[in-house]
Amino acid sequence: MSKKVIPIGPYHPLQEEPEFFTLYVDGETVTDIDIEIGYNHRAIEKIAESKSYDQVTFLVERICGICSTSHPFAYSNAIDNLLEIEVPERALYIRTIIGELERIHSHLLWLGLAGHFLGYNTVWMWAWRYREPILDIFERISGNRNHYAMFKPGGVRRDLDEADFPWIKKTLKGLIPKFDMFKGAVIDDPVIRARTEGIGILTKQDVHDYSVVGPTARASGVAIDIRRDDPYAAYDRVDWKVITAEGGGVFAKAIVRILELYESTNIVLQCLDKIPKGPIETNIKDMPVGEGIGRHEAPRGEVFHYIMSDGGNSPARHKVRAPSYVNIASNKKAVIGETVSDATIILAAVDPCYCCTERMAVVDAKSGTKLMDGQDLIRLSQEKTARMKK
Amino acid sequence: MKKLEIIENIKVRSEKELLAFSEKPKRIYFTIEKSALSKIAKYLFREVKARFITASGVDTRSNIEILYHFSVDEAGLVVSLRVILEKDNLEIESLTPIILCTEWIEREIHELLGVNFKGHPNLKHLLLKDDWPEGNYPLRRDQ
Amino acid sequence: MSLKLKALTKSIWVYHLSTGSCNNCDIEILDLLTPRFDVERFGIMLVGSIRHADAILVTGALNLKTIPRVKAVYDQAPKPCVIIAIGACACGQGMFKNGPNTPDPVDSILPVNIYLPGCPPKPEAMIAGIVKLIGKLREKK
Repeated sequence: MSKKVIPIGPYHPLQEEPEFFTLYVDGETVTDIDIEIGYNHRAIEKIAESKSYDQVTFLVERICGICSTSHPFAYSNAIDNLLEIEVPERALYIRTIIGELERIHSHLLWLGLAGHFLGYNTVWMWAWRYREPILDIFERISGNRNHYAMFKPGGVRRDLDEADFPWIKKTLKGLIPKFDMFKGAVIDDPVIRARTEGIGILTKQDVHDYSVVGPTARASGVAIDIRRDDPYAAYDRVDWKVITAEGGGVFAKAIVRILELYESTNIVLQCLDKIPKGPIETNIKDMPVGEGIGRHEAPRGEVFHYIMSDGGNSPARHKVRAPSYVNIASNKKAVIGETVSDATIILAAVDPCYCCTERMAVVDAKSGTKLMDGQDLIRLSQEKTARMKK
Repeated sequence: MKKLEIIENIKVRSEKELLAFSEKPKRIYFTIEKSALSKIAKYLFREVKARFITASGVDTRSNIEILYHFSVDEAGLVVSLRVILEKDNLEIESLTPIILCTEWIEREIHELLGVNFKGHPNLKHLLLKDDWPEGNYPLRRDQ
Repeated sequence: MSLKLKALTKSIWVYHLSTGSCNNCDIEILDLLTPRFDVERFGIMLVGSIRHADAILVTGALNLKTIPRVKAVYDQAPKPCVIIAIGACACGQGMFKNGPNTPDPVDSILPVNIYLPGCPPKPEAMIAGIVKLIGKLREKK
């Protein structure tokens, strides 16, 4: 198989600048990891203090492009919690549909990246190809493939047209055979299994110690899911199950995400059948003094928003906590003791916002010299797969 | 039942250090003295096995308030512990030795609001660049 | 037009640089490689090293921490190198204008040749933008 590396994103071998992930190695084994963030810090919490409550929905959408609806979702939940208002039924169903469609496209995106890191570029191309129908659905519903601007405190911004439902259902049902294909590929391919099983393991105790959330936690058998634990939107009005897996390694994390694809499709199809007619928003006149907390189970885990209002037009304080904030820190446990060639897939298994994984470096633990960078790490991972295939 | 049990236990454990309490469905807020923080956090994390979500600091102009948010997943509850720090004494014990997950957020509150977390193993910048001007705290309102 | 510039318009090798973005533009750029848009059939390739690049695709609102890196990347780029600012953040910072960690826009430190607004710009818009750029470069004498 050709060893051509198709590079992803801003990996570059520039030497002198601080890395995001620095792995310290002794021979082939990773002995320590340094994590440095801040390259994406755009001071959104500070900027929110000078925007109106309505404008903040657009602002928080742009915290992350992949799970862009998760933040407005949690933010709207926070404002609804502060005001203790009833959101109309139809809006609850629309919110759920958007949230679950996003989960599908986000998991497919991750699947593609994981495939690339392992050297299966076909998986990458196919996973991203089957993301496109979901983005088409979004474009039909909201006008944009990403950053759909559907949410607002008290309801949703745009209504769904019943005339679109048959097409949406057909598109989603058409994706199910593709999910079967991915599931089969991951479970049946002995090399993929061998590459991912038993590495990057987090035990149930680790999940508690590091306060891990999302599929990363559920892959260790810890059944936490905000949609079920603290229900919101229409999640308690449709039938679905929380997906967990045992093992806690990269394989388990992949299985959880793939099985969640089916659950999300199931939820959307049910919502399209059950959605009642009615208004899509509650009128909000003014904001009293108070506090509100809103959460949402984003594709990566729990998103948490806290709002403090002093009665004015802008939030007095808006705290955002994205799931990757806690999940990335858990890499300290997951990657130490593993080999360098497994490092990329382990770090990617928590599904961090990919831009964060851009700068990686490997340093010799004894001498401190830099041995390789992100590109090299990916290449190592792909080479290991190629060796195992023989 | 679980919610009432937790509320009772926290009230008992904090006694005179409990300053205020308010609740909404699924959201409980306790205002406690900073001296009570470690023991209540330990209770929630180790006995109730609650999950630490995050901490949010705010400059209320008269003081700095830090809210530590915990999630009791089985009950769908968020328990928030509020601690008020006077501006002339912005210090509090770090929770990092007890709860690993607090390491990053304490660094963030330190660099954005200027709070010192005593006993923190690694209180350096998290988000801001290293040569950010000393004493400049972006989330403060009095600068 | 100079020989170098002419060669550049035949098959553009692009390097992607994020200066602190939400990743949406970055994902849409990668989408260009996927089967639906497949820009590789036009000879447009994403490269991993700045030293092989003919064009830099810049996204993001220019976060303070990334400024030294952005300058270093530009210095290392073999000239002529065209700079394409993709997305509202790279074009003029959008809603992050005057933010405490994003005081200046990308074009304050990089000489941008073409601006592609959008949040994010659709892949079709990006292709159209690159084609316009090639046309513009070919017109230059």
